[in-house]
Amino acid sequence: MSNAIKIGLEIHCQLTGLQSKLFCSCSADYRGKLPNENICPICYGLPGTLPLLNQKAVEFAGMISIALDCLIPAQTMFYRKNYFYLDLPKNFQLTQYDTYGKSSIGSGGKLYYGSKTIRIRRVQLEEDPGRLIYEEGNTQANLYTLIDYNRSGVALVEIVTEPDFEDPKDARTFLNKIGSIVEHLGVCDTKLEGAIRCDANISIDEGKRVEIKNVGSFRELERALSYEITRQKSMSLRSIEIKGETRHWDDSRKVTKKSRTKEEEQDYRYLPEADIPTVIFEREFLLSLKAKMPELPYDRKTRFISSYQLSEQVAQVLIDKKELADFFESAIKVYSSAKEIANWIVNDLMWHMDDAGDGRSLFANLKIEPNHIAKLAKMVDQNIISRNTAKTILSQIIRTGEDPSNVAEKNKVSKIDDKIVISTAIERVFDSEKTAVDDAKMNPNATNYLLGKVMQLTGGRADPGIASQLIKKRLNQSE
Amino acid sequence: MSNLLNLTVPQIVTGIKNMDFSAEEYVSQVLAKIRKVDLEINAYITLNERALEAAASIDKRIRMGENVGSLAGVSVGIKDNICTKGLKTTCASKMLEDYVPPYDATVVERLKNNDAILIGKLNLDEFAMGSTTEYSVFGPTHNPWNIEYVAGGSSGGSAASVAALECAVSLGSDTGGSIRCPASFCSVVGLKPTYGRVSRFGLVSYANSLEQIGPIGKNVSDVVMVMNAIAGSDEKDHTTGPLGAEPKYSLKSGQNLRVGLIKKVTEEADPDVSKCIYDAMELFANSGCKCEEISLASSLQYALSSYYTIAMAEASSNLSRYDNVRYGFDMSPDGYEWNTYFMKVRSNFGEEVKRRIIVGSYVLSSAYYGKYYLKAQKVRSMLIEEFKLLFKKFDVLVSPTMPILPFKIGEKISDPLKIYQIDVNTVVANLTGMPAISVPAGFSNGLPIGLQLMADILQEQKLFDAAALFEEKLHPPAGSLK
Repeated sequence: MSNAIKIGLEIHCQLTGLQSKLFCSCSADYRGKLPNENICPICYGLPGTLPLLNQKAVEFAGMISIALDCLIPAQTMFYRKNYFYLDLPKNFQLTQYDTYGKSSIGSGGKLYYGSKTIRIRRVQLEEDPGRLIYEEGNTQANLYTLIDYNRSGVALVEIVTEPDFEDPKDARTFLNKIGSIVEHLGVCDTKLEGAIRCDANISIDEGKRVEIKNVGSFRELERALSYEITRQKSMSLRSIEIKGETRHWDDSRKVTKKSRTKEEEQDYRYLPEADIPTVIFEREFLLSLKAKMPELPYDRKTRFISSYQLSEQVAQVLIDKKELADFFESAIKVYSSAKEIANWIVNDLMWHMDDAGDGRSLFANLKIEPNHIAKLAKMVDQNIISRNTAKTILSQIIRTGEDPSNVAEKNKVSKIDDKIVISTAIERVFDSEKTAVDDAKMNPNATNYLLGKVMQLTGGRADPGIASQLIKKRLNQSE
Repeated sequence: MSNLLNLTVPQIVTGIKNMDFSAEEYVSQVLAKIRKVDLEINAYITLNERALEAAASIDKRIRMGENVGSLAGVSVGIKDNICTKGLKTTCASKMLEDYVPPYDATVVERLKNNDAILIGKLNLDEFAMGSTTEYSVFGPTHNPWNIEYVAGGSSGGSAASVAALECAVSLGSDTGGSIRCPASFCSVVGLKPTYGRVSRFGLVSYANSLEQIGPIGKNVSDVVMVMNAIAGSDEKDHTTGPLGAEPKYSLKSGQNLRVGLIKKVTEEADPDVSKCIYDAMELFANSGCKCEEISLASSLQYALSSYYTIAMAEASSNLSRYDNVRYGFDMSPDGYEWNTYFMKVRSNFGEEVKRRIIVGSYVLSSAYYGKYYLKAQKVRSMLIEEFKLLFKKFDVLVSPTMPILPFKIGEKISDPLKIYQIDVNTVVANLTGMPAISVPAGFSNGLPIGLQLMADILQEQKLFDAAALFEEKLHPPAGSLK
């Protein structure tokens, strides 16, 4: 058995860059509002209302389709996906559907990364439902359900890939790339809670397809997929049939569980939406859309390599997160040593970041600003502080947001490279640590202990290279 | 005070503007008439308690020398599936028995802007599904010409109220003939405009690719007046535009019109109806029109099944939202799991509505979509092509509006298919989106017969020209009402 793994993704991006919802003039920004405050007769589904298609949303979806190398049809239309659920005010969702003829805004696209190509099946526009709120964590324990329709009708772009992933890690990398693309296009602020969400499907050895839903972050998605691979492999080892079903990720127990709802058996009775006239894509419209596309991550990477002489890898890391690339470009405006700054970001700053892939900003808990990194790099370049000292300062200022030169001044951490100052410190250590000095004469490895003492005495400011040389010299003298 | 109820819309407006009589006096007469006859007719579901107040304010503005609108003081009834702010809009259904919309439909807003007086909300088949107004939770509307007979439907209240002088004009909605059928049965004029000519914003959807709001009046001129107030593109309904210049219709008798008679459906109608329509053709011919009988190839024989397939499919989706969660009637969800609650709630639809939801869900199911819905859409495209060609040759096409005379209440209710079949001549205009009008053409044994005229997309003026000519030449007997 080859155990060929096939993973496909279904990504939902809220078009947070819009002013209004997909079919009415209610604000697209529903967050932080009182329940059912951000609604109108249209998105609340009152009798007699008609959907009014947001043209800007069509443009945004078109831009995403172009960025993902999709074909855009000459015309597009909407369908009703009919199913009863409390969060759907009309009991149908307005979406697009390709089974009865192409209607999606984009289809047949692809996204390359590394040596891999992921095929994009379709890019389509649809409306977000409202939200159900359970006051008790355990859904079963609730005697009632609260419904908030503030989100109802917010524009979503659904991106569906072909099952081209074999490794859960690749799926996560891909999701970061999609996130960076929609960020660069300015259509989706992925840092907002729930602005980018992902479901997955997975099959092993041409077996039945299992859908995975309810995954809170890209990191959790990777875990859920890995769990599912293990589960399905061990089932087939025992010759237990794998059912085509929908499974929900249990975040606390880190397992997938079969959903109680029979989603896969539902017939959505798709119906063309007559209330929204067919959208015709004129050639001129598409050309003008292409012309006003912002710089995409791939182009930005090329520019980073050619303009700043960054290595391919470093440039890649930066552009995979728009906020990192933006941070980098802000920093080099303050101090133009691009390579140095890029290294600081990629090697040191990122180490302090937690990329869970749950949409939260990488800088969510950090107070550091681009000019801080610029100043730090400059101080190192000018030999004002040592690289080690700079790292210490970095770990302090990312929490406090202080200016690095102030911190250096306050802690008097400017590097001591004055041999006389360092020698004085060494003399004091040699006086107080006679046993250690004797050890060090026998065993060169024990020298480090003395170096540590010298560093301690100078508050870590002594240049370790110079101090180490002087210690060795002093040991030889005292023999 | 003389009887003001028989006046035409232009006469009412002129009378009020010239202060020959006040809007308040006029509206009082309308309300008195309703009190007198509506217990028998059952045209109204809800009356607007502020009608007199609105009339008084128009009188006041006229006394102050202010300008008033083109329908100043005219009494208007509104079918109860068109939303009226602050006034119950029930769709003649248990599901919406207490529903009060927070907004006015565009057509209502436009009538109000033209200073028409909203008298009340008119009876219909539940959610406009029916051809007799018998499927109303508030009971059937009776035909004013003989109260044992159906008024037609689904806009039965809209036609009966105009015929019984309970309002000057009314609005109905027409999905497969729902304006023209009761207009024919009640001997009034009813227009189904071109799809997209009148805003549907605020019309509670039954089959949204087919239906249009349209006016019903005692004569062609009244219908023209209302159309001038309500027609035109609306930013709240994207299917209304852009359709070219905003319409401005006029009342003039047509000259040298090219009139085509759809032979098959005229021949197959009830003999009395058929004779009446041939007489009408002769009248056109004698008035200088170029008349011709035409046999269609034709996809016409599939029109009715195509119509019901599409209408029911759309209905099943449009009516999904009635789950009593956000609005509806009084029924506590306490103790129900939501799915069970939905089922319980939705069992309150009437039989006909349930029937259409079930059939509609069936034809949309993925296994049958191609077999029924897609095929129905193909017929629709063929009809559009066929009629487009015909209208290169003809200004208007003529047929009976209804193939039969009005029948007694309860006579056909046990056989829904029989009721569906009477829509055979009207559904074509909805499938093709073309405008059609029904005008009174005569009587048989005291029961009205209607003539249907159909024209090409956006050619409402041609319909008015032909209808005005016919009306002028025919001088239909001013039937006596109870």
